Amino acid sequence: MSSAASLPVARSRSMRRGTTSIAVSGVLLLIAIVASLAIGPVLIAPLDVVGIFGHALAGTRPLDGVAMRDAVVILDIRLPRTVLTVLVGAALAAGGAVLQGVFRNPLADPALVGVSTSAAFAAVLWIVFGYAAVAWLPSLVAGFALPLAAFLGSLISTILLYRIATHEGRTSVAMLLFTGIAIGALAAAGTGLVIFVASDQQLREFTFWTLGSAGGANWQKIAIALPFFLALFAGSLRLSRGLDALALGEAEAFHVGIDTQFLKRASIVLVAAGVGAAVSVSGVIGFIGLVIPHLLRLSAGPMHRPLILGCILLGGALLTASDIVARTIAAPAEVPVGVVTAILGAPYFLYLVHRNRTALGG
Amino acid sequence: MSAMKKSRILICFLLAFAWLPSAAAEPRTVSGRDGRTIEIHDTSRIVTIGGAVTEIVFALGHGGDVIAVDQTSTYPAAVKSKPNVGYMRALSAEGVISVAPTLILATEGSGPPDVIDILSGAAIPFVVVPEGYDEQAVLRKIELIAHVLDEEERGKAMTDAITEDFRALQEIRDRIEKKRKAVFVFAVGGGTPTVGGSETSVDGVFALGGIDNAMKAMSGYKPAVGEAVLAAAPDVVVTMIERNHGLDAETMFALPAFTGTPAARARRLVPISSYYLNFGPRTAHAARDLAASVYPELNLPALPARAWTSVEDAGGK
Repeated sequence: MSSAASLPVARSRSMRRGTTSIAVSGVLLLIAIVASLAIGPVLIAPLDVVGIFGHALAGTRPLDGVAMRDAVVILDIRLPRTVLTVLVGAALAAGGAVLQGVFRNPLADPALVGVSTSAAFAAVLWIVFGYAAVAWLPSLVAGFALPLAAFLGSLISTILLYRIATHEGRTSVAMLLFTGIAIGALAAAGTGLVIFVASDQQLREFTFWTLGSAGGANWQKIAIALPFFLALFAGSLRLSRGLDALALGEAEAFHVGIDTQFLKRASIVLVAAGVGAAVSVSGVIGFIGLVIPHLLRLSAGPMHRPLILGCILLGGALLTASDIVARTIAAPAEVPVGVVTAILGAPYFLYLVHRNRTALGG
Repeated sequence: MSAMKKSRILICFLLAFAWLPSAAAEPRTVSGRDGRTIEIHDTSRIVTIGGAVTEIVFALGHGGDVIAVDQTSTYPAAVKSKPNVGYMRALSAEGVISVAPTLILATEGSGPPDVIDILSGAAIPFVVVPEGYDEQAVLRKIELIAHVLDEEERGKAMTDAITEDFRALQEIRDRIEKKRKAVFVFAVGGGTPTVGGSETSVDGVFALGGIDNAMKAMSGYKPAVGEAVLAAAPDVVVTMIERNHGLDAETMFALPAFTGTPAARARRLVPISSYYLNFGPRTAHAARDLAASVYPELNLPALPARAWTSVEDAGGK
């Protein structure tokens, strides 16, 4: 226990570290966004990209052949795609940070512990069995049901995970991973079963739900998912102080006046909302929620406010950068973005496990 | 009006008339999704998605205009040197646009749907060619593509020839007195065969070749319970030539699902090329070749060779 006198010093130092990390993350995000708009299978000169945005800001579009095509690529493909990867990456990273705070366990990544997979299961279930029921509604209204279904799927799995894996406010790594693997396997099996039964055109995209893609980004999807993302971002920042207290222990948090029951419930709902919406628009993308919070804890320290802010910025940056790789490496074809994040994230995960193997009982 | 101005107007008129005949007289139109009309002005840079679509464009003499194809397009040999936009169900919007097409011809079922939405809205004419697993579907595909490419005459010659091929195929079918039952094994993963049920392209080819689909009780391409395959007692096992490893007669008939079936006893394994399942210009020939392999004792006659069925590439891949 640190003494009361040294606490403010420690806090100000950690705040300074936090500010630096956030600034660096912000710069990386800006670089990723600019690169994502400028780089793709279609070669467009940077000046032309600027010109297209000039046109767009003036409310017009270029009319001659090549410039018109480039405008479509920039404004209708790369821009929504970039916005989507920034939001999804931010939501997965922030969701990971909050989930890890609630479980007081750094391995609670939404994709790793079955939360994302459950969201995908609910989404597929909805598309096959539920969608016809609301197809008569305007597409924007009907569209909301998909992230809602994914939200419910991830909510149920997170609650289940918490109920099973947590004992007296503590979650052991082994229990968390075992429970998570079981829930994830169940949800993946369910997804496979539903797709097998449906077997129709739309559902042959099993890879979309298991490896993710931002290739279908459009403004409607973004508009529908945005409220869920904003709820996660704003809500998790508000809960950051409570999560800091919770890190000391459930009883300690309660003694400093935190309603831990509400804190945990609110956190789980927020994570489910953000992760569910992310999965509903871009499938299951792994490792962002593990790698980003971990990197930031190393640089920004354990305080949740700078951690979550950093996650929002750096998570968006990493997924956007991964998506640039996904769409250019095999151009004109495209690889699933989840493959790219897994190639980046899985070795990092192995490194984490290796480094902590004594703590993990190896 | 000054003489200068007059002569300028005259030049403009002359230019306009000189220019008109060389340009396509009027844009071709096809109705797209949501009843929208798609106008096709320029067919000089085509992306073809789907093996049958690619074959038809080549057969209509526009192979030189094809600038990129998808993974399922493997015929004719010339496509192998073209850029590949990936698997037809996992296309990339910007990837397709990056090859700068003036026309995209995609078989129905290309995807993912969101990417198709983006491409359909991208100011590049995007024509969806309806899929189907019978003679009519083949003819419809050719008619549509011939219309789009302004090659109605060639298209007519082609559909006439193919109608004739299908008539000859009907006569071949009539010679088959007792139909054999076949099972199509698409893949064998961990000993479980993935087979073709009803509502599949292979079911269509079987029907054309006078063969009963042993697995018609299920629909789509799905892994089948070994016992169900046994119970169906297929006379023939049909498999893909391209995925040969693990699908040879040796391993296939050693699988519990096939041991003891009439097919295993007679060791009748027929490997087919993926174009057999394409429902394109070569479908009648494919169905007759399949029938000839399944009924070797009938000595079924060959169909006349066509410009689009040159044997040099019959092996696919």
